[in-house]
Amino acid sequence: MGEWTFIALLFVISLILPAVPILAGRILGPRKPNPLKNSTYECGVETVGDTWVQFDVQYYIFALVFLVFDIEVVFLYPWAVAYGQLSLFGVVAGIVFIVTLAEALLYAWRKGALEWV
Amino acid sequence: MGDIFTTIYNFLLSLLIGLGADQVVADAIITFLAAAVLATCVLLILIFNIWLERKVLGRIQDRIGPNRVGPYGIFQTVADLTKLLTKEIIIPSGADLVPFFLAPILMVASVILVWAVIPFTGKTIGTDVNIGVLYFVAVSSLGIMAVLLAGWSSNNKYALLGAFRAVAMLVSYEVPMILMLLVPVLLSGSMRMGEIAAAQSIWYVFSMPLAAFIFLIAMTAEIGRSPFDLLEAESEIVAGYQTEYSGFAFAMFYAAEWAHAFTMCALVATLFLGGWRGPGAEQYPTLGFIYLAIKIYVVYFFSIWSRGTLPRIRIDHVMSFCWKFLIPLALILIVLTTLVDKIAQILLINRFPNYLSMATPADMLPRAGILLAVNLVVGLVAIGWIALVGRRERRHQTAAEHPASVEAGMATR
Amino acid sequence: MVITPVTIAFFIMAAFTLGGSLGVVTNRNLFHAALYLILALFGAAGLFVLLEAPFLAAVQVLIYVGAISVLIAITIMVTRRIMGVESANRQWPLSALVGLLLAATLGFVIMDRFAGKFPVAGVPDDSLTRLGMALVSYEGMEAYLVPFEVASVLLLAAMIGAIVVARK
Repeated sequence: MGEWTFIALLFVISLILPAVPILAGRILGPRKPNPLKNSTYECGVETVGDTWVQFDVQYYIFALVFLVFDIEVVFLYPWAVAYGQLSLFGVVAGIVFIVTLAEALLYAWRKGALEWV
Repeated sequence: MGDIFTTIYNFLLSLLIGLGADQVVADAIITFLAAAVLATCVLLILIFNIWLERKVLGRIQDRIGPNRVGPYGIFQTVADLTKLLTKEIIIPSGADLVPFFLAPILMVASVILVWAVIPFTGKTIGTDVNIGVLYFVAVSSLGIMAVLLAGWSSNNKYALLGAFRAVAMLVSYEVPMILMLLVPVLLSGSMRMGEIAAAQSIWYVFSMPLAAFIFLIAMTAEIGRSPFDLLEAESEIVAGYQTEYSGFAFAMFYAAEWAHAFTMCALVATLFLGGWRGPGAEQYPTLGFIYLAIKIYVVYFFSIWSRGTLPRIRIDHVMSFCWKFLIPLALILIVLTTLVDKIAQILLINRFPNYLSMATPADMLPRAGILLAVNLVVGLVAIGWIALVGRRERRHQTAAEHPASVEAGMATR
Repeated sequence: MVITPVTIAFFIMAAFTLGGSLGVVTNRNLFHAALYLILALFGAAGLFVLLEAPFLAAVQVLIYVGAISVLIAITIMVTRRIMGVESANRQWPLSALVGLLLAATLGFVIMDRFAGKFPVAGVPDDSLTRLGMALVSYEGMEAYLVPFEVASVLLLAAMIGAIVVARK
């Protein structure tokens, strides 16, 4: 538990450390807001419509493929830690796991899900 | 033999106990001080790093670089920061205030937190948690959150587009990165950063050069440096998710970006270049700190070098490169190295009883040789394959653009 | 009850988790709800640390904060209406009842199994190695080879399903 005290302290400090200069900037810097200055910066062109436009489904597929791989690698880490003591069977079991996921990648590739449009 | 940090720790401990504090309180105070000093140093060293980077970039581009403020312009960063402090922090209309200011703060925090698990010498490390490598990955996902927050809360289409593009790229390159982070774990049998560094009698960059190279590429993408600097492709998305930030809120993003680059270099140095290890570092741990610093700056120099020389790649190419080349390559590499290494271990354990030992370079040599061979074969096949695909692609393109210039068989296709 | 740093940390983390969960269900802005969800999941990661399960804590942050939240944010962007969605519909009393029943069952099971059995034994030093060994062994007390391989097939199926759905 002691080792996590350090991380908890560091977390709090690392939140305070950047917050203080921003606060100082708010206090020390000039503050003269006006509607024109605060308007959304879109290269000088008037903003049209809502900011939160509908995105292409492509982003969703990438995020999903990423999620699947993320979970896969998480499973692989304990396997990697134990690797030195595993038998050949254990290593092959891990490889079967990786190959199954490689199939998933191959499927996404063949279906054109990895094309950025 | 203690190192300089242990000496300071013992000195402070005896000082506090002399002042009347009991052991637990004194320990808590020192832990707090250590965390504060570590976090501050990560940010303070940026003043030097930014100057160094601008100077080197200047030389690469045949300029002098900053040379006005102080000797060799070394105080240029201080001057820039002072200027930013006097600038207004504009809050764009319609901004979501809490996420808007949380984003730069989280971004800096996600970088500082990584330093908790970097071993500075053989004996000094912020905290050697038993999941060190995963801790790093988990913490850096906070940075991705910060990008999302910034893009969302700015109420700006460019910021939103830039943020989502950045997130798509960052999460994509996180996959080859975490796959290659497996390699030091596989070889050292531990996720503790301290043990990984200590296990490298032969640096992993020599036994697994391809893994180190893939990690280096993924790292360059994660820190958004050229050729992967699409996060700030100003001709397409203005300034990406930072578009609406000004003054010190912007400076924090800027600082986080630089600190991220430096931190990743420290990680490469620790995981693949042996960290603090070097001649004499076991006897004199303080020497290890110097070795680590040298290694970090060597990697950092490579990062600046690639930034100064390579042109930006188009976003669809960046994504295909990751999903269709790096990730399959990383998977193949892991499968082949584990398989070959395990078979070799079973076959050779009689001839080399120290096959798995990491105590001396001589012990590690047989294993390193086998791993190096696998790496070279996989690497050469990959290069050959991509050269072949590239040549075919170019021929198709020429055929489509100038049918007459290609022989008849190709033109009709 | 003895107040130690650990109990204080526990209450802070519990407050994060509960407050975050409350924010998720009461917020009208979908994006804010997602942020509260991340806060709640982060609190859960802290609880894992307190339970001396740092591996689970890292996985919690890595997968939920790092990946699921990105997926949720993108899902929000891909669907249309974002703001001012009605946070409750006519079925809320029923779901509240189901939620309460579930919480009561869980609470009962935990009290029944573990009451008076604290503190449990510490976590062994080589817990990660043992976890890794257990994932690929097929006999003995800790044999999780089949679930391990099934997990990969499940992930494969999930991805195929998602791509098929997204293409429509």
